Amino acid sequence: MRGIRMLAIIRKEFIQIRRDPPSLVISLAMPVIMLLLFGYAVTTDVNHIPMAVLDQDHSQQSEMLAENLAGTGYLDLVYRVQSTHEIRALLDGGQVRAALIIPPGYARRLHRGETASVQFLVDGSDPLFARTAISTAEMVARVKSQQLSLEAMTAQGQTPPAGPGIDLRTRAWYNPGLESLKFNIPGLIGLVMQNVTIMLTAFALVRERERGTLEQLMVTPVRGAELMTGKLIPYILISFVDVALALGIGTLWFKVPVAGSVPLLLGLTLLFLVFALGLGMFFSTIARTQLQAMQMTMLFILPSVLLSGFVFPRASMPLPIQYLGDMIPLTYFLEILRGIMLKGVGINYLWGDVWPLAGFGAGIIALAAWRFKKRVE
Amino acid sequence: MPEPVNPGDHIATAPDTETVYTIAVHNLAKNFGSLQAVRGISFQVPAGSIFGLLGPNGSGKSTTIRMLCGLMRPSAGGGQVLGLDILTRAEEIKNNIGYMSQKFSLYEDLTIAENLHFFGNIYGLTGHQVTARCAELYTRMKITGRENQLVGTLSGGWKQRTALACAFIHQPRLLVLDEPTAGVDPVSRRLFWELLDGLAADGITILVTTHYMDEAERCHLVALMEDGNLHAFGTPRQLMAEAGMDSLEDVFIDMATGGDVYRQESR
Repeated sequence: MRGIRMLAIIRKEFIQIRRDPPSLVISLAMPVIMLLLFGYAVTTDVNHIPMAVLDQDHSQQSEMLAENLAGTGYLDLVYRVQSTHEIRALLDGGQVRAALIIPPGYARRLHRGETASVQFLVDGSDPLFARTAISTAEMVARVKSQQLSLEAMTAQGQTPPAGPGIDLRTRAWYNPGLESLKFNIPGLIGLVMQNVTIMLTAFALVRERERGTLEQLMVTPVRGAELMTGKLIPYILISFVDVALALGIGTLWFKVPVAGSVPLLLGLTLLFLVFALGLGMFFSTIARTQLQAMQMTMLFILPSVLLSGFVFPRASMPLPIQYLGDMIPLTYFLEILRGIMLKGVGINYLWGDVWPLAGFGAGIIALAAWRFKKRVE
Repeated sequence: MPEPVNPGDHIATAPDTETVYTIAVHNLAKNFGSLQAVRGISFQVPAGSIFGLLGPNGSGKSTTIRMLCGLMRPSAGGGQVLGLDILTRAEEIKNNIGYMSQKFSLYEDLTIAENLHFFGNIYGLTGHQVTARCAELYTRMKITGRENQLVGTLSGGWKQRTALACAFIHQPRLLVLDEPTAGVDPVSRRLFWELLDGLAADGITILVTTHYMDEAERCHLVALMEDGNLHAFGTPRQLMAEAGMDSLEDVFIDMATGGDVYRQESR
């Protein structure tokens, strides 16, 4: 390997990048845009579900029930209606996703110590909303019932029992507020990096093929290794700028701090970059045009979004699908990212993810190098 | 170009122990699956000659060139380029030849100077070696004054002379030019061929493919390829005399249409 040839390629690549500002801007803006988009849009936290209330009882008690529901923060009382027709229209029109109907006589029944029924309707078309609305309503009803029976006992002169019972105290580690943003940001950093890197490298080599300059290079004494490393080094640098941007936005803008070691995070990121660059290179040895390279990248991105545990929990997938996910290096990198950023764990807890990642990287680089033969046949 | 032809009769084509051959191949063949692209051709090209490889599209010219440049391994046969075996010393051959491909293939988003520097470095020339060599080539290839212009914005003739300069940056003894003048205006073509004559006079061997018969007549030696076979080989004057025709164009068309009749008969 001759340094002068590799340096010549690196220099040429930088000149070409400089002469093509749109591509440079896109490769740097893409992580920013994707992080902002996904950071705000991909959230599985459901709250402020719009709710309508049909209060036929018009009592202080019925008013309090509606307020208790709204007070949870999960439901917002946006409409007070006078008839069930109106409720149907609001649910049909999507203006509300839940509705509470309090029948006449609610307060009177409670006063008599009887069980009072209320109806809670939910729009089940989006299960995520429906589940949250139902569990909120159930919780409010249960608390209310307990409170009422305590009041009833006290009113009858009895002392409320202080006997057996389970006092369950929950506490969520690593992400106490259970904010999905904290879960999503590390995943996003991994996904964005993967996509940008694969696309950049695949394009860089395919462009030479498309313009015929690759054929010209093949007749020169330049060796495959010199050409590859010379072409990759500039994109490794760009990818690292992207990583820095993504981490910066994640920690400073979205306030998802890195709980663990930053050097460890960057080191393992480099390991993942090796895989992504290798895959980009491999695509470029198959694709004849930049369009094909783009399509291959897209074909790879979709399963890695769905199967890596980026949004959807892998544990709930059928086993064969989980095995498929095991074949995607992003799966391991997400474990590493979340491990370091959220749990703050060290390398000792991560070997199980580091080894497969290293294996994929070495495998794909070997495959790409093998495909990248100097002869054009 | 209605100029008098330059047939180069002084060059011996018969085997001669004294002659140094830049290219010598025997029974060179290449198959792509069941397609026989080149069917066992043999020829020798003496040093310092302009050798024109002619033939219709798909006759096996490019495949022959690729085998000579070490880009493809022959299926059978072999040969030497600059005395180096094409089967075993392909990498050394690459160091010693200059190549201009059919498709114009310089970096269009780089300037003339950047392209020359890049290819200079690729051939192992260092800093001021390249600078000195570039200065020489700007004058020689008539590309002075636009060194810092992007290649993509140059006209066909300028691009082509820049490509020739890039192919010649490391002073190779053999230049391989695959249809270098396709799509270039007549004035630029003539200028280009004057450059080639100058290079040949300095002892550089030039292998050129072309579809322009006026260019073919300027070659010292020509080979006519048809359907993977070497149909004729010799000086333009010999070829015309053998066929009893007045121009290479007639020889070429006779061969091409004759080939068609043959193909129809064999069906």
